[in-house]
Amino acid sequence: MEPFSTHRGIIGTLDRANVDTDQIIPKQFLKSIKRTGFGESLFFDWRYGDDGKPNPEFELNQPHFQGASILVTRNNFGCGSSREHAVWAVAQYGFRAVIAPWQDRNGGTVPGFADIFRNNCVKNGILTIELSEPEVDQIFEFADRFKGLEASINLEEQRVVLHMDEEVGYHFEITPSVKEHLLRGLDDIALTLEYEPNISEFETQHITQLRS
Amino acid sequence: MAGKTLFEKIWDQHVVKTMPDGTVLLYIDRHLVHEVTSPQAFEGLRLAKRSVRRPDLSFATMDHNVPTTTVDRMTIRDPISAAQVEALRNNCKEFGINLFDLQSEHQGIVHIIGPEMGITVPGLTIVCGDSHTSTHGAFGTLAFGIGTSEVEHVLATQTLRQSTPKTFLVEYTGRLQKGVTSKDMILKLIGLIGTAGGTGYVIEYAGEAVRALSMEARMTICNMSIEGGARAGMIAPDDTTIEYVATGDRPFAPQGEALEQAIEYWRGLPSDADAKFDRTLTIEADKIAPQVTWGTNPGMVVDVTDCVPDPHSVPGHSVRDVEQALGYMGLTPGTPMTEIPLDTVFIGSCTNSRIEDLRKVASIIKGRRKADSVKVIVVPGSQQVRKQAEAEGIDKIFTDAGAEWRHAGCSMCLGMNPDQLTPGERCASTSNRNFEGRQGKGGRTHLVSPEMAAAALLEGHFVDIRTWEP
Ligand code: SF4
Repeated sequence: MEPFSTHRGIIGTLDRANVDTDQIIPKQFLKSIKRTGFGESLFFDWRYGDDGKPNPEFELNQPHFQGASILVTRNNFGCGSSREHAVWAVAQYGFRAVIAPWQDRNGGTVPGFADIFRNNCVKNGILTIELSEPEVDQIFEFADRFKGLEASINLEEQRVVLHMDEEVGYHFEITPSVKEHLLRGLDDIALTLEYEPNISEFETQHITQLRS
Repeated sequence: MAGKTLFEKIWDQHVVKTMPDGTVLLYIDRHLVHEVTSPQAFEGLRLAKRSVRRPDLSFATMDHNVPTTTVDRMTIRDPISAAQVEALRNNCKEFGINLFDLQSEHQGIVHIIGPEMGITVPGLTIVCGDSHTSTHGAFGTLAFGIGTSEVEHVLATQTLRQSTPKTFLVEYTGRLQKGVTSKDMILKLIGLIGTAGGTGYVIEYAGEAVRALSMEARMTICNMSIEGGARAGMIAPDDTTIEYVATGDRPFAPQGEALEQAIEYWRGLPSDADAKFDRTLTIEADKIAPQVTWGTNPGMVVDVTDCVPDPHSVPGHSVRDVEQALGYMGLTPGTPMTEIPLDTVFIGSCTNSRIEDLRKVASIIKGRRKADSVKVIVVPGSQQVRKQAEAEGIDKIFTDAGAEWRHAGCSMCLGMNPDQLTPGERCASTSNRNFEGRQGKGGRTHLVSPEMAAAALLEGHFVDIRTWEP
């Protein structure tokens, strides 16, 4: 997996909440047995018209978002199906990071990303960043005002900086294990296999209740 | 020391090792595999020259791509679907995994066949590359969906690296009204907490109304936990659970003395009286009305007696999102839900295609005809369900009513096979997702219970099942 340390790129915005993985990549593209070729199909139903041509109404098709590598969107991104194809599509389109707001609701916080999607991102070296709602609102506003706005992300420092005449920066929180994982581009399976003796020992004690 | 929750008891039993960073290596007792989310995982194993650690704990079937008509079933016409199914066949053979192939009498939707065959029993950890793995939590087991990289991790190591989720107790007090079902209980909850409300939590469903439910009905609730954002939902095992596991032909369930021992373990699983949850919510089950979704996520739901909402009056959703959903659904605010005309009724999916669901529908439509304007397809969840239904003559009731009677698979729940809605087609569906395009590009989905779907197929529109007379 490609490590993530710093990244600078164009911001692309998608002003919708609860974007589900069926929307990120529709079912017809899940039939592939390969791990590549999904970028073309990202947001397929929104992105292309019935004639197969890019839909000019769709936000990410606007000229100033071309080449975007940082996606900024709304709450609960990636909900629904567990399909990792959604993350492959996001990554292969060219995004390296996705920013979404956490929300305060009924005294608790609602995360910006759905659980399985966020996990899948980590496995593919995609950084998910949660900011507060006012912060994300602000990024939307700036990206609208300054066409082609770029941002830099520094994972070590947990900071996003918008490159405008006067720079604006935001701090984000991240689970330490996730941070470590992304920074080092670790291969989970190889890491776990180092604990093979622990697994074997566990298996001698553990009853799986399977009729043999 | 405070007592433990059902979740904590199972979690603690499965921790192989706690890592320095606080995550744990969690042992996985059952790994369910299907054709869509596994090919890249097997390919990964091959590339790294790794093997499957415990093929005996892995079980595979094909469900998403399979055609459900008798003619097409064995010869999948779509070459890409066919290749995916073939890949699973080859992978299972190469790695020695038990596969319930198309001609197997046990083939079916992965979440239907697990419980059916006794692969799913209480007190386990179960994963599958599918978000509705939460279904199995109905047995008092920790079951959750994973991505393909994690599928590969489980195949190679029989473990997963996990951080500990938070716990959420949802208590349903009182008893359901006549005609109201567990589908309405879960839709009501999602309407209250929103589709992200359970993110980061494992939900335990408890209370009088839950205890009164059959295993089938419990599976419906746990199935849709993910629609509320929770990866897993659980219900403590009790007599109902044990009776389900111990009776019927469940070839993989413990038997005899092993079963006795297992039952002893299962009896100790329910949350202790003084166990602490990170969050709790109480819902009065006796006040729940039949639910119908009007929008493009399962949290966009109202009582059947309500109207299509005004975009300014939907808590938890922005005006823009509601307007977009209503535009997609072709609905006008203020329209009574009972006046929305339907084109199609789909009875199927891992939420509601078990034998009990089909029996309920059959009891409502018996001797009657569907409305002329609607097309009806009934897709049993497994070949076993199909066989049972045919033995009871239920298939006849469906076909006499004008419905199509199909073979087992996911079918129109996601339309990866030929069963799809056309643009603008409006469907009452017993499945779990009403996302844009889910059942076919431009298709409009209203999620309901099987009972509500049955009445709707006779009337051509929704009715309040509590007061409706056929
Ligand atoms: S029936 Fe639908 S929700 Fe269930 S596993 Fe199949 S596609 Fe997924």
